[in-house]
Amino acid sequence: MVTTTGGLDLQASFETTLEGIGLSPGMAHLLWLPLPMVLVLVAAVVGVLVNVWLERKISAAVQQRIGPEYAGALGILQPMADGLKLVFKEDIIPARADGLLFTLGPVLVLIPVILSWLVVPFGQNLLISNVGIGIFLWIALSSIQPIGLLMSGYASNNKYSLLGGLRAAAQSISYEIPLALAVLAVVMMSNSLSTVDIVNQQNGAGIFSWNIWRQPVGFVIFWICALAECERLPFDLPEAEEELVAGYQTEYAGMKFALFYLGSYINLVLSALLVSVLYLGGWGFPLPIEWLAGWLGQSVDAAPVQVIAASVGIVMTVLKAYLLVFLAILLRWSVPRVRIDQLLNLGWKFLLPIGLVNLLVTAGLKLAFPGAFGG
Amino acid sequence: MTIASTTQLICFAALSITLVVGAFGVVLLPNIVYSAFLLAGVFLSVSGLYLLLNASFVAAAQILVYVGAVNVLILFAIMLVNKREDLSAIPGLALRRVLSAAVCGGLFLLLVRVAFTTPWALPGPASIGEEATARIGEHLFSDYLLPFELASVLLLMAMIGAIVLARRDVYTSDVITGEPADQGLIEKARTPLLTSKP
Repeated sequence: MVTTTGGLDLQASFETTLEGIGLSPGMAHLLWLPLPMVLVLVAAVVGVLVNVWLERKISAAVQQRIGPEYAGALGILQPMADGLKLVFKEDIIPARADGLLFTLGPVLVLIPVILSWLVVPFGQNLLISNVGIGIFLWIALSSIQPIGLLMSGYASNNKYSLLGGLRAAAQSISYEIPLALAVLAVVMMSNSLSTVDIVNQQNGAGIFSWNIWRQPVGFVIFWICALAECERLPFDLPEAEEELVAGYQTEYAGMKFALFYLGSYINLVLSALLVSVLYLGGWGFPLPIEWLAGWLGQSVDAAPVQVIAASVGIVMTVLKAYLLVFLAILLRWSVPRVRIDQLLNLGWKFLLPIGLVNLLVTAGLKLAFPGAFGG
Repeated sequence: MTIASTTQLICFAALSITLVVGAFGVVLLPNIVYSAFLLAGVFLSVSGLYLLLNASFVAAAQILVYVGAVNVLILFAIMLVNKREDLSAIPGLALRRVLSAAVCGGLFLLLVRVAFTTPWALPGPASIGEEATARIGEHLFSDYLLPFELASVLLLMAMIGAIVLARRDVYTSDVITGEPADQGLIEKARTPLLTSKP
């Protein structure tokens, strides 16, 4: 664990309170442990519900429809109805399918995505665990997903499923490399793999010190690769309706299908959050909160200022992430799908060389201008 | 016993059981697809053991390289040649199995003996935690530079080999002798079906 100072530290205050009423430090820690995990899980699921609603409303607006409007105000309860429908549907395993692998596949797709939320910071101390290998953990975990996709594609005993699973794995492997190269350039600038350090390195001068100005190429590469990893529309070949029915999801129904659905939307929110962490200053306000507090004559360490700063941080992170989600949804409903050969060409012959050059240029700039590029 | 050490013990037991059972499954199961999926489970348990040893970077690298790349490629290869047919019977299969079991058992006994006769320094060196990533980098670029560079040259050779094998516009004549080369095994570039029709 990297110890950090400054900012709101809920864990320390929670444990001090519990120790104050006579519990042992170990016991207090044990009581604290499940709280952030449950909170992040709830946040992820609520994020998915918001996402589904946004997808419905924005797609409707793009196509000049109204979209859902009777379930709650502005159709805000529609995703709940969708979710409930999936819960009550019959759970079917096809007769000649491999039952065990068929069940395990969606689980293996969902678990790495949820585990990756471990490293998403919403504030200096507002994350589950500030592991030192931070962003590398996410890259490693996201490489488990193709196994789940291959598993469900194989177990369905359906040619469309198998092809979809193979496509998903090929796509995921191809785009992981430029993605990792883009992340590597950012890591090189901040001298750390930890997501908290990456954000802190961007928050010296507010909006002007965000990585997007120093890494514009990396930002574009990362965003394209993140969309490809999430199988969002310009790259949704694994489930291309016209070619593969629904790809690896073809035979799935009910809750198992819902796991795929949840997994893809949680992954989209996660990718958007990580783009905002890596390139858009994470929880940072466009003006550094320390400057604002200084102008208002407040100490940054005062309790009310800390609470306000932490809330602003959470709002900023979520706001940036959802701006990117909006962009992804808009892209989905306005861009046609690429072909599989175009997809692989883009990944291997364009993004990979550009990513390598970007890494090299970043290294050179870091040596030449250590002040601006994190020496 | 504190909560932390109890948790560690439980994790170690669970990971070891998964590891051993999974490894047996990889070797013994007749269905090659199950073996490949179990191999992923084995790699994941190994990375869990690395985590228990405070080597988080090695654990993540293990997942990225072995689960994310090696195992996915194995699965990919299996599924691309997805023939549902039984392997042809091999003569003397029972004898072969007994022999390979004997070799494996002998190797296992040897390893157990080494593990029990080696004077391990207990407790081992103190863990350096998050510093480990930087330390690995320093070692790779100082005293382990030669193996590191050799590995990268090896990978480059493998990559060039793969490109040469996968390319379609290959030489039709031998570069050195100038004689026509046999291209029987290499797939020829085909003209699209639609454009060749009037």
